[in-house]
Amino acid sequence: MSDHHLAELSGVSKRFGKTLALDGLDLHVRCGELLALLGPNGAGKSTAISLLLGLLEPDAGSARLFGQSPRQVAARRQVGVMMQEATLASELRVREQIELVASYYPDPLAIDEVMQVTQTTPLADRPYGKLSGGQKRQAQFAIAICGRPRLLFLDEPTAGLDLPAREMMWTLLCRLVKQGSSIVLTTHYLEEAEALADRVVVLAKGRTIASGTVNDMRALVVCRRIECHTSLTTKEVAGWPEVKSVRSEEQRMSITASDAETVVRRLLAADAHLAQLEVRRAGLAEAFTQLTQEKES
Amino acid sequence: MIATSQNAQSPPSDGTGMPPGRLWRAYLAEARCECFRALRAPAFAIPFLALPIALYLFIGIYLVGSMSHGDPKTAITMFVNFGVFGVMGPGMFGFGIFVATEREQGLLRLKRALPMPAGSYLLAKMMMAVVFAGIIMVMLIAAAVALGGLRLSVAQFVTIFVIDILGALPFCAVGLFIGTRTSAKAAPAFVNLAYLPMMYLGGLFFPLPRSIQFIERASPAFHLDQLGLLASGTPSLDQLALGVAGASSQGTPFTHVAVLAGVTLVFTLLAIRRLSRVG
Repeated sequence: MSDHHLAELSGVSKRFGKTLALDGLDLHVRCGELLALLGPNGAGKSTAISLLLGLLEPDAGSARLFGQSPRQVAARRQVGVMMQEATLASELRVREQIELVASYYPDPLAIDEVMQVTQTTPLADRPYGKLSGGQKRQAQFAIAICGRPRLLFLDEPTAGLDLPAREMMWTLLCRLVKQGSSIVLTTHYLEEAEALADRVVVLAKGRTIASGTVNDMRALVVCRRIECHTSLTTKEVAGWPEVKSVRSEEQRMSITASDAETVVRRLLAADAHLAQLEVRRAGLAEAFTQLTQEKES
Repeated sequence: MIATSQNAQSPPSDGTGMPPGRLWRAYLAEARCECFRALRAPAFAIPFLALPIALYLFIGIYLVGSMSHGDPKTAITMFVNFGVFGVMGPGMFGFGIFVATEREQGLLRLKRALPMPAGSYLLAKMMMAVVFAGIIMVMLIAAAVALGGLRLSVAQFVTIFVIDILGALPFCAVGLFIGTRTSAKAAPAFVNLAYLPMMYLGGLFFPLPRSIQFIERASPAFHLDQLGLLASGTPSLDQLALGVAGASSQGTPFTHVAVLAGVTLVFTLLAIRRLSRVG
């Protein structure tokens, strides 16, 4: 394992019955980076993280966490975890939950500090079962960071959060990375990966299909997006050779095109009343859709 | 893991040593949280704390007391039997239902991903069952002394107390085994499927016909009951029904302890194997 890799999967395969969840996957997490792990449902994201946390054993290849087997509790003492599907004990109060998890670590943060930074102080004495969905996420986040981990695994951390809470978490994640922590983030919110990630790995069918910075991902996709108000129908435009996809909502047409200039010329020629024209580079969402579709086709 | 003094003095930036003091506190924190949880869950705490004492007062002291015309031996036998009944529930249901629920809700998975100390999960639940068993036994002893007029020495009470709270452990193991194999919804049914026959066919509440008394030996409740009866020097319900007046002689203490230890070990190992493979 390389010195600067905190966690690493090398040539890992994992099969569940007839389904090959991971197919020779290589994945590493570098020191001080926020890595976003993206992919459609069933791509193998959860399996990859389960292997890095020692919850599963690979059928082939190896999983290392801080140079050790992830099954070693010593390796996991440097890790914080937030799992979307985990329900904490409903009878325990938020402070008790944080105290309990903090007790697993050699040098945890002070409980009051954890609650202050995660804005869970007002929830301290409330039983977990009585919290709202968003408050539960905040409590789970507090649990993930309380052990002063060098590496954080966050599974959909902002799902169900309102805007202020989401922004609070984004700010905190940026601060943690600045302080030297590494973060592995799985998310369905592509704007979240776009805003936060130093590096993106896109999985499909158990393999890495693309990896690099958000800009690298965008560059992989030559397409650009054109939006305009037009009386043309999607059927007409969809037939043009440079057009990859087109959809329309209330007169506003959104076109993904490989050669934006040609399409814009044709649009202007075909519709003299075309208005509110915008052309922009594909975002991560378009890149992601195109990459995963290419893989599937 | 074993921590070094260096780790204790300078918290690790790359090391992962856990000072022994902190490790010990992690086990204690887990056990404390488990007890709080069980005590705060009314659906768990009320039946398992209140039911044994209520049934003992009504059946053990009042009904059987009047039926046996206040026979002191029968009174002691009923006390020992209700002690076994009392300590069975928290272990079997506490493990069975909580483990099944925690597996289903992903809490166990999260705990396995977190650096929870080895064995802490099971030890905490065992501690909870033992604490519940202790509370139940204190209530039963208080009722037995105050209302049942039991003629047992302090040493005998203490012995029965210790036997019964440790005797909760085989039932924890059976509950754990069930909890690792069923869904949260099915767990109460499966636990009852084991709990009720163990209790009724263990000879705790009524003597079994002589021809089928061998069935009793399959129940851990029977063996725990025998240990309590040996400590109190009273016969079992079966023997009382046959008019035996002396102490129990249905097996040696060694046999009973071996059976209880065996049940604990086998079911715990099967459950741990399942947990480490499937979660």
